[in-house]
Amino acid sequence: MSKDIKIKKGLTIKLKGEAEKTISSAPRSRTFSIKPSDFHLIIPKMVLREGDKFQAGDTIFYSKSNESIKFVSPVSGTLTKIERGAKRVITNLLIEADTQDTYKDFGVLNPESSSADAIKARLLESGCWPFIMQRPYAVIANTEQEPEAIYVSANTTAPLANDVDFSLNGKEKELQAAVTALSKLTKGQLHVGVGKSGSSPFKGLKDITLHTVSGPHPAGNVGTLINKIQPVNKGEVVWTVAPQDLVIIGELLLTGKFNAERTVALSGSEVKAPKYYKTKIGSEVSTFLYDSGLNSENVRVISGDVLTGAKISPKGHLGYYSNTVTVIPEGDDYELFGWNKPVFDKISTSRALTFSWLMPNKVYDLDTNTNGEHRAFVMTGIYEEVFPLDMYPLQMLKACMVKDLDQMEAMGMYEVAPEDFALTEFVCVSKQPHQQIIRNGLDIMYKEIG
Amino acid sequence: MGLKQNLHKLKEKYRGTKMAPAFNALHTFLYMPNETTHSGSHVRVVDDLKRTMNTVIMALVPCLIFGIFNAGYQHYAAIDGTLRLDPFANFFTWDNFALGALKVLPLVIISYGVGLLIEFIFAIINKHEVEEGYLVTGMLVPLIVPIDIPLWMLTVAVIFGVVIGKEVFGGTGMNILNPALTIRAFLFFAYPTWMSGDKVWVHGAKEMTGQPDAISGETILGSLAQNQEPIYSIWDSFWGFIPGSVGETSTFLILLGAAFLIYTKIGSWRIMLSAVIGALAMGLIFNGVVNAGWIQEGNTFYGLMSETFWHHLVIGGLAFGIVYMATDPVTGSQTNMGKWYYGFFIGFISVLIRVFNPAYPEGVMLAILLMNVFAPTIDHYVVQGNIKKRMKRLKAKTA
Repeated sequence: MSKDIKIKKGLTIKLKGEAEKTISSAPRSRTFSIKPSDFHLIIPKMVLREGDKFQAGDTIFYSKSNESIKFVSPVSGTLTKIERGAKRVITNLLIEADTQDTYKDFGVLNPESSSADAIKARLLESGCWPFIMQRPYAVIANTEQEPEAIYVSANTTAPLANDVDFSLNGKEKELQAAVTALSKLTKGQLHVGVGKSGSSPFKGLKDITLHTVSGPHPAGNVGTLINKIQPVNKGEVVWTVAPQDLVIIGELLLTGKFNAERTVALSGSEVKAPKYYKTKIGSEVSTFLYDSGLNSENVRVISGDVLTGAKISPKGHLGYYSNTVTVIPEGDDYELFGWNKPVFDKISTSRALTFSWLMPNKVYDLDTNTNGEHRAFVMTGIYEEVFPLDMYPLQMLKACMVKDLDQMEAMGMYEVAPEDFALTEFVCVSKQPHQQIIRNGLDIMYKEIG
Repeated sequence: MGLKQNLHKLKEKYRGTKMAPAFNALHTFLYMPNETTHSGSHVRVVDDLKRTMNTVIMALVPCLIFGIFNAGYQHYAAIDGTLRLDPFANFFTWDNFALGALKVLPLVIISYGVGLLIEFIFAIINKHEVEEGYLVTGMLVPLIVPIDIPLWMLTVAVIFGVVIGKEVFGGTGMNILNPALTIRAFLFFAYPTWMSGDKVWVHGAKEMTGQPDAISGETILGSLAQNQEPIYSIWDSFWGFIPGSVGETSTFLILLGAAFLIYTKIGSWRIMLSAVIGALAMGLIFNGVVNAGWIQEGNTFYGLMSETFWHHLVIGGLAFGIVYMATDPVTGSQTNMGKWYYGFFIGFISVLIRVFNPAYPEGVMLAILLMNVFAPTIDHYVVQGNIKKRMKRLKAKTA
């Protein structure tokens, strides 16, 4: 069954430095890192201690609030350091990798013939559960609640993001195993959104409901897909899984190994030869950054895409969920009369002496400058133009800022994740941190209601 | 390079001190700051509040320049009526400009000087950055007051408007009422003799009252309210060769400004369009009442009621109010749906007040202030519509 979804509101940001469609193998990283901050609201309870040796797939820590949610190592090696921040919160786990990976064997599980319980148990013990996110609250899925439906968006619309049509090409077997397994865990359907053009590896898979999604970004956001198919109601839960994580789940079921391999898109205007690299979750980004080469020293390295990714240092590590690394210029410089002179080389949604509307196909080289100072909300109507979900973004943000839980609930807070507000943040004239505001709002709701 | 580095050093020196907001306000006028994103979206659009406000100011500049010429022109034309025979030839003259500049520029200087001083003081006290909202307010104020208003009066009004109208709510973005109109409303209610009547719209009219060479400065609305035929044609009014507040007379230039604001996507076309529709609707209703014979000649309201409905858009300050003040995003309706209602009622009520208030036949100020107060209510119901849809969905599911 295939359905067409057309998105009208939105904005496709065209940036310089799209990754060339060739895959190289990144040299093996010497160290790996797992940042507990990648797993929102999870408090790690350590299983291993500094100096312990382990195989790929061995549990490193589990969630303090739910012991069954385990987090496993992407490689075999030694836990060299547990870095802690304020109040002894664990900020980083540093792993020194063996030269060759040895895998813990979880055993093969046939998704066709296995029961939902067996699949769930396998996902939990193998550390694949954290790949399953839930809405409301945009956190790792609750193990107790059965989802109404599961959503996967395999349509790439975010700027310079990993084109999963390309990077997951040839992984049909793994994807099929994963979707077959996951479709047993929901009372509803497993919806997959794919782009209109291109040959998605999801086309032709069974046990899924395929939707063709077209339109500007955020057509590829899973939140947009949910909102257009069946928005989350109060009391309901839906799951979302990223397509690249399905591959890891699929491989685990088929081979019994937790293979944390990722095909990462290295993109951005500061990368000399942007292309795709095969690497592993948590590896040093420098292993492929310096293979491709950077144009300058003063750069922002982002684990993820420019709208939702996390800032990391050039010596940092790939985030747990990232399949894109973007490098753009730092914008930490002053610009003479930057606020009133005509602008041709930056993107604008207005025409206030800005001329990006004249050149809809131009690719831009944007830096990290905020292009102005933080202000109170003033302009109205600009967020709606890039926000396809059926709700009022400005009013939602204000409700979050004043912590009005009733209003947040009524306006549809259960349906959103911070990433849905990435575009409104991008176009914000007042330079407000929309995603942070929504994250804080969700956290308060989770604490008070969830 | 030298200036940039020196200013950067100064900025670091002032960082964290009381004077930092004041220094930053000046610094950011010269250089867009070196601030970078930290989390969330790593890239941002180029538009910021300064650029936005600057766009509105650019849209206002033609009105200001015209207002300067018009101030001189109205004065000389009141003394020598023959000048009015060919306004295009007698308008853009050095004499007009010199006299107008002498009268208008002090208003601009007082408006900006006093207003920005208060903004700076509050920024320093409250330790926040100086926000750009006043840049537009400061430009609007001189354009919506009578030419001969004493400067002390303007000073008092600006202080009142900025402090009570804006800063007590927390500054730009937090205010309920349009600050420029708050300033004007204050003047209107505190010093009514200086703000209405037939002696305030032309420079010199008040001082010369009672003298043999006294001049009159009746506006079109004033004449109509007294059931007199105005001496100006509708074309005079469209081009703006009429007495009135400093910058609001030329409908032509206001239309240009509106086009610019809509093209740049800074001003809301929804508000402008619906306000025009609202004003036309009310005008048609009044015309209908007159045509039906319910209001006879000689009735107090006959003059304004019988005025052709679309003339309301051209005379008085309605067009100026619709384009530059109803569209204020902070005090207006914040939902696109709400903007339609908000604008419509501004137009509708403006003409209503205009007709039924013979003492002060200009309603746009009060209409906008009134709708400012109701804008959150309109938004509330628009958002409720979305909420109800969600509730229905939930009910359908659980039923």
